[in-house]
Amino acid sequence: MNKIANRAVMCEVLKEAAARDRDVVVLCSDSRGSASLTSFADTYPEQFVETGIAEQDLVGIAAGLASCGKKAFAVSPASFLSTRSYEQCKVDCAYSGTNVKLVGISGGVSYGALGMTHHSAQDIAAMSAIPGMRVYLPSDRHQTRRLFEALLQDTRTAYIRLGRNPVEDTYEEGHVPFEMDRTTVISEGTDVLLVACGEMVRPMKDAVELLKSRGISAAALDMYCVKPLDTEGLLKAARGKKLVVTAEEHAPFGGLGSMVAQVISAHNPMRVINLALPDTPVITGTSAEVFAHYGLTGEGIAAAVRQALEG
Amino acid sequence: MNALALKAYELRQDVLDIIVSGGGGHIGGDMSSMEIMLTLYSRMNVDPRNPKDPDRDRFVLSKGHCVETLYAVLAYKGFLDIREVKARFSKFGSEYIGHPHNTLPGIEMNSGSLGHGLSVCVGMALAGHMDGRNYRVYTLMGDGELAEGSIWEALMAAGHYRLDNLCAVVDRNHLQISGNTEDVMGHHDLHARFAAFDWHVIDVADGNDVDQLNAAFDEAERTRGKPTIIIANTVKGKGSALMENKASWHHHLPNAEEYAAISRELKERKEALEHE
Repeated sequence: MNKIANRAVMCEVLKEAAARDRDVVVLCSDSRGSASLTSFADTYPEQFVETGIAEQDLVGIAAGLASCGKKAFAVSPASFLSTRSYEQCKVDCAYSGTNVKLVGISGGVSYGALGMTHHSAQDIAAMSAIPGMRVYLPSDRHQTRRLFEALLQDTRTAYIRLGRNPVEDTYEEGHVPFEMDRTTVISEGTDVLLVACGEMVRPMKDAVELLKSRGISAAALDMYCVKPLDTEGLLKAARGKKLVVTAEEHAPFGGLGSMVAQVISAHNPMRVINLALPDTPVITGTSAEVFAHYGLTGEGIAAAVRQALEG
Repeated sequence: MNALALKAYELRQDVLDIIVSGGGGHIGGDMSSMEIMLTLYSRMNVDPRNPKDPDRDRFVLSKGHCVETLYAVLAYKGFLDIREVKARFSKFGSEYIGHPHNTLPGIEMNSGSLGHGLSVCVGMALAGHMDGRNYRVYTLMGDGELAEGSIWEALMAAGHYRLDNLCAVVDRNHLQISGNTEDVMGHHDLHARFAAFDWHVIDVADGNDVDQLNAAFDEAERTRGKPTIIIANTVKGKGSALMENKASWHHHLPNAEEYAAISRELKERKEALEHE
C-alpha cells in the first residue's frame, strides 16, 4: 500500500522548483498543514504567503502576484476554493490571464465524515465552465509529479484537484507515460471503453482485470485532463466499442461523464453510462466507504459494464 | 490654477462623448472620480512607450464601471487614442468595453465585479516587496463597493503585511445606484474602520480638488510601515448641476438636450476656473 499522498508529492515538486526559481510562490489560506505544504513554508518563507481563512483574498492576491511575474500556486481545500472564491478564479485568474495555479486539496469526498460543506462534488463542472480555465485530476503520486512539473513550465491558469489520502499507485515509478493534455491509455481493449479521472482511475484499472476474467475486453483511459478533454484520444479509443462507461468522484452533472457523453454523442453516438456521486448530500463515511456505497469501485464499475452489456 | 484642474473639465467632456457615443456608461461615478484618476496618473511612474516596465507603478480600477474616466485619462497620458475610444466604445466587437480589460495598453487587470481590486493590489504590493522593487500600487474603490466582504479580507491582509507601497482611494460620493450609501448599507465612521485594520487613513475634504489630492498622495508616499487609504469626499456627477448628487445619474444616458446642457456647463466651469 502506497503511503505517500499526492499532496505531499506536490509539495516536493514545488520545493524543488522554488530552490531554482525565486518566482515560484505558494499561497495558503490557513491550509498549509492540510496541503502538506508546511515544509515548503518553513523552507522558503520568502516565497510563501499566508492569507488566513480568506479564500477570495487568497485567489485575488495570487492573481496580483502573478501579474507581477510570479508563478503563483494558491492552495486551499477544493470545496472552498472552487465555490467561495469562484468569482476570483473567473475574473482575476482566467479572465485577466494571470498565471495562477489553483490547487484544490482534499477534493471530492476526501473529508468524508465532515459533511457537504467540505465536499467538492461540483468543482469539475464549475471550473470547466470558465473560459480559459483548465481542469486536471491526477490519478496517483507519479502522475501528480509529472503534471506539476508540466504546469510549472506554462504560464496559464489551471485548476488541479488532489485528494487527501494516499491512493494506490496506477503507474510504476520510472514508467509513467505522460503527455500534457493527452489522455493516458491504461489498457487496450475491444468490447467496451472505460474512462476515469482522479481517484477513480485505480478502481477502473481493477475493473479492467475483473472484466477480463469474465471474458470482456475493456479499453481504459486515464483522463486526468478533464479540460481540455482529449477528444482525439477519446474518439480513437471509443472506435468500435459497444459501450462507454465513465467513473468520477463528482456530482452526476457537468463532470467527466457529461463531457465524454457530449463528445461521443456528437462524433460516434453510442451508449454512455456515467458512474458518479448522487445528486444528494453524500452519505457519511471514509472515501472507501462512500465509494463502495455508490458503486465507485472496481467491482461496481465491472458490474455496471456487465449489466449494460447483458441488459 | 492647477492645470490639471482645468484638464479635468476637458476630460469630463471626453467622458460625456464616450458615453453618448456608446449608448451607456456610469456617468455619475465617472464624474466624481475624475480628479482622483487624473491626479494619480500625473504622478505615477507609467510610460505608454514601455507599458510593461517591471518597475512601473500599478493602478487597478476596482470600481471598474468608471472605465470611461479611465479611458479618458489613459488617452490623455498617451496610452489610447481618444478618437478611437469615442468611435468604438461599446460597439460590436470593440475592445473598448464597459469595464477595464487588460488587452488594452495601460490597463493592468480586468475588473467590473466589485470588491476584487484591493486583493489583487495586495498581491502586486507583496511582489514589489519580494523583488525589492520600489514601485507603488494604487487602487480606486467606490463607497458603495465597500459592502463587498472581500475588501475587508484584503484590508486585513494589507495591514498585516504592512504594505506601505500600497495606497487605496475611496471615491466617497455618498451615493450608489439605490440611493444614499448610508441608507443602503451604512459605513458610519469609515476612518475608524480603516484605522482598526491597521491602515494609515487620510481624509480629503474635497476629493475633486487636485491640490488636496496631491497633498494626500504625498503623505501616503511618506508613510512607512502601513498601507494608506485616502477617503476622498467627492460629488457624484461632478461638473453639472443636472447630475450632481443625484443617484438617478448613476448610469443615466443623457439625451440630446441634456448633453448640450452638460457640455455648456463643463465649458463654463472650466472658464470660471481659468479666471480664478
